[in-house]
Amino acid sequence: MARSQIELKVNGKSVEALVEPRTLLIHFLREQLNLTGPHIGCETSHCGACTVDLDGKSVKSCTIFAVQADGADIRTIEGIANADGTLHAIQEGFREMHGLQCGFCTPGMITRAYRLLQENKNPSEEEIRFGIAGNLCRCTGYQNIVKAIQFAAAKLNGVPFQEAAE
Amino acid sequence: MIPAAFSYHRPKSVQEAVALLAELGENGRALAGGHSLIPMMKLRLASPGNLVDLAGIDELKGVRVDGNDIVIGAMTTQHELIVSNLLADKIPLIRETSLQIADPQVRYLGTVGGNVANGDPGNDMPAVMLCLGASYSVTGKSGERRIAAREFYQGAYLTALETGEVLTTVHIPAPAAGHGWAYEKLKRKVGDYATAAAAVMLTMKGGRVENCSIGLTNVADTPLWAQEAAKILTGSALDVVTIKKAVAAAEVITSPASDARGPAQYRTKMAGVMLARALEHAKSRTGG
Repeated sequence: MARSQIELKVNGKSVEALVEPRTLLIHFLREQLNLTGPHIGCETSHCGACTVDLDGKSVKSCTIFAVQADGADIRTIEGIANADGTLHAIQEGFREMHGLQCGFCTPGMITRAYRLLQENKNPSEEEIRFGIAGNLCRCTGYQNIVKAIQFAAAKLNGVPFQEAAE
Repeated sequence: MIPAAFSYHRPKSVQEAVALLAELGENGRALAGGHSLIPMMKLRLASPGNLVDLAGIDELKGVRVDGNDIVIGAMTTQHELIVSNLLADKIPLIRETSLQIADPQVRYLGTVGGNVANGDPGNDMPAVMLCLGASYSVTGKSGERRIAAREFYQGAYLTALETGEVLTTVHIPAPAAGHGWAYEKLKRKVGDYATAAAAVMLTMKGGRVENCSIGLTNVADTPLWAQEAAKILTGSALDVVTIKKAVAAAEVITSPASDARGPAQYRTKMAGVMLARALEHAKSRTGG
């Protein structure tokens, strides 16, 4: 089958590549670009471990072909940290609030939280839970993930983080 | 999970897409958001030789008013439906339904056209479109035609859409101001199809139901328009006895499969429960 030429931006860098039309975006990112941050979890559009940011949308990169991303601007977990190499507020939140245990879902969680906070600078706990409903975590029970995102929102808004009483 | 090989096409216009699909025949499939088709391809339950991606066709996007109709382009995503002020104002039932479809990532890509054209009885929008009295514009090689949603669904994955035709727009008559609406969906978890769901639109006048329309999701091979139940409710004050009668009339037209979501009998009962809740919810929203 003929390969297709694609041109896209990944974590701020221009990329040109030849892909088979049937190549899924997650396979392209991991195997052709060596970006192994986005994980393959369920491979059935459920778990969200493969989430990347594409043209301002959170997408499951196991459910889109790389050819469909021709011309797109993509950000993976590798492109989330600040330009000076320090952790992004969301990454810091996950560390400070123990938002991960095994860490498998974390790249997808953080990438999703990134878009969520772009769209809603100060989400309620309910809005956070609704917003990350497409990302599964089998370790934490989500409590600390929610706190991590609240921590990040507070930091990005320049206000002190107040942990809700339990 | 790697799909079978295929050739990829990205037309710029409906005309170009239709010409391609006509040429490809059974060997071509239109690709919208891909969140039904790509999973099927990964499981090799579908292996089209050619995909005609509709994402490059600008004219298939957006929500607009056309006379008394609200017109939604087929490639408008669930996310775009949710954030549309026009829809929130004129047909809030759409937003309420979209918010209950799958999860955020899927809603960023999944489209209204894909949802209504796929013919999957698990999709939520078809029953909503029956409830709203929508119609679909489809374009094929021989031109454009309009099909009422209530005549579109023939069986599971079987619709009035013919090979080579593309569903381009969804037309919805603007509902009356002050109408009540609700979409009540029972599902096991986020991302699941409905065990049963009910869409209700109604208007009240002097404490009585003036107009009522009901759609049911995933309790038969096709979405259901529960005409008899709506007829029973019309003119009533939505009292307990009448609601019970209407629920019974809705339950009787269901024929769900027994599957992981429960035995058929249970799913029929849940369709009734969803309808009763939707009626109550819709009633509480009437007025204004």
